[in-house]
Amino acid sequence: MATPATVHSHAPQGFIRKYIFSLDHKVIGIQYFFLALTAVFVGMFLSLLMRIHLVAPTAVLPLVGEIKPENYLALLTMHGTIMVFFVLTTAPQGGFGNYVLPIQIGAPDMAFPVLNMLSFWTTFVGFIVIIAAFFVSGGAPLHGWTGYPPMSAVQSAGPGEGLGADLWITSIAIFCIASLMGALNFITTTLDLRAKGMTLMRMPLTVWSWFITAILGLLAFGVLLSAGILLLMDRNMGTSFFVPTSSFSGQMSWHKGGSPLLWQHLFWFFGHPEVYIAILPGMGVASQVLSTFSRKPIFGYKAMVYAMLSIGFFGFMVWGHHMFMSGMSPYSAFAFSILTMCIGVPSAIKTFNWLGTMWNGHIRFHTPMLYAIGFVSLFVSGGLSGPFLAQPVLDIQLHDTYFVVGHFHLIMGVAAIFGIFAATHYWFPKMFGRMMNETMGKIHFFITLAGTYAIFMPMHYLGMAGQTRRYSQFTEVAYQTKLLPLQMFMTYAAVITIAAQFLFLINLFWSMFKGPKASDNPWESTTLEWTTTTPPPHDNFGGKTPVVNHGPYEYGVPGAAKDYIMQTDPPDNKAH
Amino acid sequence: MGLALMLLIWLITLVSTYFFVAKTWWLPHGASAATNWIDGQFTLTFIIVGIVFLAAQLGLGYIVWRYRETPSSPPVKYSHGNTRLEIIWTTLTTILFIGLNLMGSSVWASQRYPFDPDPSAVQVEVTGMQFAWYFRYPGADGKYGKTSFKLMDPSAGGEAAVGLDTSDPASKDDVVTGTMYIPVNREVDLSLRSVDVIHDFFVPQLRFKQDAVPGLNIHMHFKPTEIGEYEIACAELCGLGHYKMHGVVHVVSQEDFDKWLAAREAEKQ
Repeated sequence: MATPATVHSHAPQGFIRKYIFSLDHKVIGIQYFFLALTAVFVGMFLSLLMRIHLVAPTAVLPLVGEIKPENYLALLTMHGTIMVFFVLTTAPQGGFGNYVLPIQIGAPDMAFPVLNMLSFWTTFVGFIVIIAAFFVSGGAPLHGWTGYPPMSAVQSAGPGEGLGADLWITSIAIFCIASLMGALNFITTTLDLRAKGMTLMRMPLTVWSWFITAILGLLAFGVLLSAGILLLMDRNMGTSFFVPTSSFSGQMSWHKGGSPLLWQHLFWFFGHPEVYIAILPGMGVASQVLSTFSRKPIFGYKAMVYAMLSIGFFGFMVWGHHMFMSGMSPYSAFAFSILTMCIGVPSAIKTFNWLGTMWNGHIRFHTPMLYAIGFVSLFVSGGLSGPFLAQPVLDIQLHDTYFVVGHFHLIMGVAAIFGIFAATHYWFPKMFGRMMNETMGKIHFFITLAGTYAIFMPMHYLGMAGQTRRYSQFTEVAYQTKLLPLQMFMTYAAVITIAAQFLFLINLFWSMFKGPKASDNPWESTTLEWTTTTPPPHDNFGGKTPVVNHGPYEYGVPGAAKDYIMQTDPPDNKAH
Repeated sequence: MGLALMLLIWLITLVSTYFFVAKTWWLPHGASAATNWIDGQFTLTFIIVGIVFLAAQLGLGYIVWRYRETPSSPPVKYSHGNTRLEIIWTTLTTILFIGLNLMGSSVWASQRYPFDPDPSAVQVEVTGMQFAWYFRYPGADGKYGKTSFKLMDPSAGGEAAVGLDTSDPASKDDVVTGTMYIPVNREVDLSLRSVDVIHDFFVPQLRFKQDAVPGLNIHMHFKPTEIGEYEIACAELCGLGHYKMHGVVHVVSQEDFDKWLAAREAEKQ
């Protein structure tokens, strides 16, 4: 097993090598974290404009002006794309995975530090490119984050489908390359750089979740990258992969013979695993935090590992459930639907096990624990609308309505974000050497939990009543106009919830400089990152190599000196 | 803290459930033959999922409060889990989910099979384009005339918009309109197509939704069971006018339908 330790025994001294083009996974993790933080505030601002426009379509907003239907569609496209790629994929994996995974397995760094640096800076370029789409002539594209052709493939399909759409696809392609590099690094690191005694079944569930996420990323992003390149060729190089003979406002396009459904298959072959790429790390963090703050071992460690593996496995076989209404063969709907229901089983197992972990525990309500409990609640609520959407016959009524929007926002949006909040509050002391403010954290938690439910639960009612998504206003269809009061309620809830996010931002930056100093192990946790100093030295363990003697969640062991046994504690401590 | 969290989780759960159970917002009144099956399956799923939702959320709230750490808490029960419990709930969930799914499958099939349309069905071709719906009836010969992309002229509307080739004899009695009329209690054999981007023909009250995809001609059938006017809403993002790409399905008696169609034929001659 090769270790890159020799290369890294001395930390670089210059500012640029230390903080900008750093090879240290901890610095890169923090860089990813701040990139995602920037992206999430951009994405949130876009959603605020959308919520205001929906209830006041003709309002002229200060600085922004009037939002026209095409502007609204550009907002929703960019909101979705930025959130899915640059927040939900970037923060949990690139951010916390990068920072914590090598330390949790006892490694001095990632297996390929240069590749790691390249992944981050490539992601950064991708972010700049997508933001640029706002500022080119025609503006950002209208085709939604799913980019279905022919709309995304033909320039005359609408404003924004010119250079804006090219930049959008280019950005995603760049992001795919970055994620592929990252995935290789995570997989190699987990397989090759584990400390002595860190067997696979002693890895913290966070490590398992990042490892499985990396495997999903390796298999999924390659497909999206190819699809993106084909789409660029359809737009600019005379091919017709995705566009058949068609006519736009009486003008025939030069395409012929392509299949719009081919894009949907390729996109969702990536798109569904992407959902798990966003949520799996959250599951890992929730498991870690629930066990730590319940002072009890995780309930059913092996079941948790197998559940995550089977979620990853089934995740690649269910993409067709996004396409029940698309005109693909109705026979295949049976298969996709049953496989989708199967994926509900490991998800249910995980929920049972989280509840089982807290049962008979000693729950300590520190901020990370609150977010982990919120994660479980949101995961249940978001997950349980799945069995409706997984049945093609119910999807007839619910597909492309607000029911779907509520479903995926609760589970892959808000639940995943709660995973990120839990991770931030849990690892902040290790990353920045100071504690975050508990009171501010708790206020932020309560407002955000109530607020997100108030925004996204009503979407299910709207969807049942037939409110279609991606409508820039509800003034044209009579039955939809009647639903406006509920939309109004959601907008109020969104304004309050968004305002509360500044509390998190203030807490983050204030604590970074003014928070009380953190000890090495403030939460009395057991995993390896809490055995080293706060913050950890450049090579993570100060020249020593940890030896692992215990499983990751040995809390409340009868007869032990303390109520927890760290993974590196000597083996004679009563545990295994 | 445990108490506050329990109360918040319970409050969210009960308020959410109330609006579902009270049916404050619910599926719109259904007016097609599929309504009973679809709504029945929806209600069944809703009851099962609702019980799981209540049990999980109320349980979560209770556990959080009950097992909060206090000075008098008994020592935690050191346990790595319980394999028997894991097997029980895995099996139960599998049966529940797969069972629900199999029950719903027959309904799904009924709307799509057989592919050969009922010969007595009313034929209507639906064409989506940015941002309008056109409806074509094949006329007495029961055959749609040819259409051509080269002849399409959306600004002219009607036949020219869908590019009807008037030199084709089968096209002579084709009727193209901007509103859809269909007779009540008869199967409708629908051909869905699109000339530009993907659209979706969604009529909530008829429990009908299907994408119209360029390059494909998608056959579907359904049977309206109540006379009335039902709104069509495009349900697939199709461009800046997506929100106003709507239309109306008029379900009328057989006599009214015949009269309406004859009047359109007469206008055409």
